[in-house]
Amino acid sequence: LVDHDVVELNNLHRQVLHRESRLGRSKAHSAAAALKELNSAGRYVPYELVLSPTTALELVRAYDIVADCSDNVPTRYLVNDACVLAGKPLVSASALRLEGQLTVYNFQGGPCYRCLFPKPPPPETVTNCADGGVLGVVPGILGSLQALEVLKIASGMGSSVSRSMLLFDALEGRFRHIKLRPRDPKCAVCGDRPSLTTLQDYEIFCGSSATDKCRRLCLLSSEERISVEEYRKILDSQIAHVLVDVRPLVEVEICCLPKSLHVPLNKLERKDEKCLKSLYQKIHEEKQKAGGSMVFPVYVVCKLGNDSQKAVRILQELPYDELGLISIKDIKGGLMAWADKIDQEFPQY
Amino acid sequence: MENATGKRAAPLSVQLEFGGGAELLFDGVRKHQVNLPNQPEPWNVRHLLVWIKENLLKERPELFVQGDSVRPGILVLINDADWELMGNLDYELQDQDHVVFISTLHGG
Repeated sequence: LVDHDVVELNNLHRQVLHRESRLGRSKAHSAAAALKELNSAGRYVPYELVLSPTTALELVRAYDIVADCSDNVPTRYLVNDACVLAGKPLVSASALRLEGQLTVYNFQGGPCYRCLFPKPPPPETVTNCADGGVLGVVPGILGSLQALEVLKIASGMGSSVSRSMLLFDALEGRFRHIKLRPRDPKCAVCGDRPSLTTLQDYEIFCGSSATDKCRRLCLLSSEERISVEEYRKILDSQIAHVLVDVRPLVEVEICCLPKSLHVPLNKLERKDEKCLKSLYQKIHEEKQKAGGSMVFPVYVVCKLGNDSQKAVRILQELPYDELGLISIKDIKGGLMAWADKIDQEFPQY
Repeated sequence: MENATGKRAAPLSVQLEFGGGAELLFDGVRKHQVNLPNQPEPWNVRHLLVWIKENLLKERPELFVQGDSVRPGILVLINDADWELMGNLDYELQDQDHVVFISTLHGG
């Protein structure tokens, strides 16, 4: 059991070995403790460390079968390469939203992860569970299927998802079994003449970090941002302004601040006319009400304070004659910072 | 209908499906039954990608196609088999084929 992270509340719906009583504790130890409670006869070895190119190979060599339950692209390549170099089968499962995928790599002539995906996906196309969400049951189902394949391989029954992939669609309640290509003789790691014979730096290779924590974007200067405390003061002293919420509709439906105007970022990005019109109109109305010729403040908010920065940049480039004199800032840390520091009743998701 | 080289290139009806998040580039719609028009050459997957880019893909094409293929991290299935087994971009589409584009998942 390898994990460097600690148990957080927002893990519990999908990482079912952990529980509320172990919040803040090491995940590796929490998982080992949960398993021990289930069956004290097993031996569970927690490794509280980041699986890294320097530690992975030695660790993988000490075991017969590896299950990849990780949550990011660099780690998936790292685990794959370590399994190929150590000659171990890799039982790999992943999940996002209402879908899951299961494959056994590097087993009985089947492909490895790299045979299928020689190049990592562009970082901007990767959505993690923390960002995109996942229905907690889905990783549970995939985890059980993963355990099934581990047991089959361990007992010599072979695997039914080597050279194939099982796709699970929770919405349609459907499994689809697809046939995959065989091992690629030209594969960089498991091919006939591999160019990779040692582990490399996977964060550089993938252009993203080996964690599913949401990245903090730094697009705006500090003058273009306000804190949740400052925004609270603006609300308390009833200063005229417009608050623009740029999250997707499904998130706005969970929770939002009162009187915010919903303009999703993707519509801003494609300069959706209807959305821009409603924005211009709202700013115009509020400005009229405020009556002054002052620079009118517009604040942008999202979940974590990343998309709001992108939105500020887009809004700043809109034509001046439509908007008049306005100042556009975003709220640092977004609604989750609001929930954390200002309003404990505000939903965290 | 026959063209100059004698090959058939009649209109085709194929089912396209997007999953693993790729559907978000198509307004969240996963299944599309599409009719591909007559063209001088037989339809292959290379032509299909161009057609999708021009007819279905509304925004940010770089998140779906790269060069003349799909971007890294998208798995293409033709009738439930990896397209590598079917000839990749050169696979010649048949009427009623089912082509799936799955974005690989990394979360857990």
